[in-house]
Amino acid sequence: MVNNMSIPEKFRQIINDPTLSPMQKSQYLALEADASLPYPEITESVKAAIEDNILCDMFEGNAPFKPRYVLPDYAKFLQQGSEYLELPPAKDFDEALNHLTILYHHVPSVTNIPVYLGQLDDVLLPYAEGLDAETIYRKLRLFWILLDRTLPDAFMHVNIGPTDNVICRTILRVDAELKQVAPNLTFMYDPEITPDDLLRQASHNICECSKPHIANYPVHAHAYDNSGFGIVSCYNSLPLAGGANTLVRMNLKEVARKASSSEDFFHATLPNYCQTMYELIEARSAYLHEQSGFFNGFLVQEGLIDESRFAPMFGIYGMAEAVNILLEKDGRDEKYGQQPAANKLGHRISKALSDIVTSTPVKYGYHGRALLHAQGGISLDEDVTPGVRIPYGTEPDPVSHIQALAQHHQYYTSGISDILTIDETVKSNPEAMYQLCKGALAIGFREFTANVHSNDLVRVTGYMVKLSDIAKFKEQGSRTNTTGLGAEAAANTGILNRKPRVVSHEQAPRYCDSQ
Amino acid sequence: MSKRRATATVSKILNFSCVDGPGNRLVIFLQGCNYQCKNCHNPHTIGICNHCGDCVAPCPSNALSMSEGHIRWNAELCTHCDRCLAVCPNQSNPKTQTMNVDDILQLVRKHQLFLSGITVSGGEATLQLPFIVELFNAIKADPSLRHLTCMVDTNGSLSQTGWEKLLPVLDGAMVDLKAWQEETHRWLTGRSHHRVMQTIDWLGKHDKLEEVRLLHIPAITDFEQEIDALAHYLSALPARTTIRLNAFQHHGVTGPALEWPPCSASQINAFAKQLTQRGLRVLYREPVT
Ligand code: SF4
Ligand code: SF4
Repeated sequence: MVNNMSIPEKFRQIINDPTLSPMQKSQYLALEADASLPYPEITESVKAAIEDNILCDMFEGNAPFKPRYVLPDYAKFLQQGSEYLELPPAKDFDEALNHLTILYHHVPSVTNIPVYLGQLDDVLLPYAEGLDAETIYRKLRLFWILLDRTLPDAFMHVNIGPTDNVICRTILRVDAELKQVAPNLTFMYDPEITPDDLLRQASHNICECSKPHIANYPVHAHAYDNSGFGIVSCYNSLPLAGGANTLVRMNLKEVARKASSSEDFFHATLPNYCQTMYELIEARSAYLHEQSGFFNGFLVQEGLIDESRFAPMFGIYGMAEAVNILLEKDGRDEKYGQQPAANKLGHRISKALSDIVTSTPVKYGYHGRALLHAQGGISLDEDVTPGVRIPYGTEPDPVSHIQALAQHHQYYTSGISDILTIDETVKSNPEAMYQLCKGALAIGFREFTANVHSNDLVRVTGYMVKLSDIAKFKEQGSRTNTTGLGAEAAANTGILNRKPRVVSHEQAPRYCDSQ
Repeated sequence: MSKRRATATVSKILNFSCVDGPGNRLVIFLQGCNYQCKNCHNPHTIGICNHCGDCVAPCPSNALSMSEGHIRWNAELCTHCDRCLAVCPNQSNPKTQTMNVDDILQLVRKHQLFLSGITVSGGEATLQLPFIVELFNAIKADPSLRHLTCMVDTNGSLSQTGWEKLLPVLDGAMVDLKAWQEETHRWLTGRSHHRVMQTIDWLGKHDKLEEVRLLHIPAITDFEQEIDALAHYLSALPARTTIRLNAFQHHGVTGPALEWPPCSASQINAFAKQLTQRGLRVLYREPVT
């Protein structure tokens, strides 16, 4: 997708693109402007690793002026109001919804739209007192429609659970009814707190609309302090009142290709490239924290976020190819996802990465560290599998699939997702989805995500697209920013032709004229 | 000394199935059937291997061999090309395993966090009744497994005395009703359908009738001609019983049944409509074309 147009030519093409809305044009223009600045200063070895497709900065821009993901403390905001936004504390449900709607427009992220809308049941419950269920339903339904139409991006993410409450139940009901692309939804599950029939409702929703994503609450909570965490964008788990300042990712497939054997990989190639990756992380976060002025804004001043709760995400992908390449170099023919020996080598790589990430200091990190992340891939990835997933078309049955991957989940603090694609027969037997989900979480899955084959609404990595929108996109564009990414993923990776399974993808919107 | 002695000839095990009973199920397919259905979509599960050895030479990957008069199958080498199934004169399958109850329990334990229950299917599972009785008893006797439901998928040919042996440990059965009229049933399956009706009746009385399945083969089965009588009969079934309609397809079918046109989406819809108009609730899926 590299093109050699001059900058004015590129601007012209964006401005004249008949499929983009004026707002989408402004965003693409801004991205191009950012991209025209010189890159933060990096050494030759980092440059070489980027050119070799080993490291990738996820198109975050050359002069990062906003963190990748921001998770404001919305509960605090409603309680105290905002001087900057001239809002008193919220008094009732309508005011709370109105306040949130206002603040959302001031929460930046790599997509220019908030990727985190809050733990909405906790946040709203104090304001629901005295309202009957039907009133809550009507208000939330309108709010849901408003979110989808005004913040049109499927990375935008709501959290609910693990407690059973009227807001949580109502959101599940509304979400299954409307089947919208946005917002994305995570349901937190805690076997100690969440009643079975609430998990049932959530997993039955998956059969309806491939949402929500289900998070293993105790596992995530254990990784962070008492100030909490949130799931944002596509399955990124991050500290509440903080976020991710940057996400850099490493292509394990290419790292494995540089190694002569698995031992060489563990002792030399992998640690060396991790070193290089840390240089890139430091260069990018230094710009944001030291030069951009972001942390002088009202979100910090009013205590809705705290600079010390931001961390870089250390992303990896291509585990499947890395394992297969290393085994081949060692003269063995096991395959990732199929044979226990191959799966074991994968677990060993995850542990080695985790050891490096939890012991390497960074200047701007959560307790001075980056957070390991199994990255969902982007629409430009070809012949390399997202995160630690099993390659498309070679997946075993869902239970063996989960058992092969469960061991990885302990290591990926800031998120790991494997999207299971379940045959549509599950729709007439949603209890099977519930069992599968429950089993996965019980054996240590940090998060459970499933697409149901034949649903119009499907996941591409973590965000949702409607297949019917992709079909129309080419001629008409889409009011939803992420449809273009889905269309691109479809064109590049054939996700729509594949057997029930989906490509991944997590990326800033940027202009691409070659869909 | 272990009391468990029964073994079964197992043709296949699935770790995950959402079409063989409620929730997610471990399904154990047993080899051998007493019907000869013209429409069987798994004809190689009908016969029991007599070790004639005809399948050994055609196997391209040397997964089959003969030793001491017995066929041996090496799962590691098998590519599942199914050439052995095509040449077998016996409608059998050399890729079966003899398993005992402990073998199955081990699998159930491995997967139990994912399971709502287990289902024995076939072939005709109840031909190996002592094994099923022992297996279900073992599950119900184990405190860590007894929450799993135990179901049988059957053609309904088992006698009442057989069902009585299973009753204390059975949670439900799924029965195929292959045709409405006796002649049609005999022509299609080679057997009378009196037993099937008795089975449905008996299971219903004992609150064990999980599902009745009707395979719709337009112009071949007689459900549509007999729709009023059929609907009347189905209405009298217990409320818990699911009535599931299946649309005949060619998948796996051999012989004359390949000449019958498959059941289209509109045909299965029309059949379902005739039943719903008569007050029934049915489940079915349109065939994917
Ligand atoms: S399916 Fe049968 S013929 Fe084919 S490899 Fe396996 S044993 Fe041999
Ligand atoms: S499977 Fe069939 S062909 Fe092979 S030995 Fe048994 S009866 Fe003969």
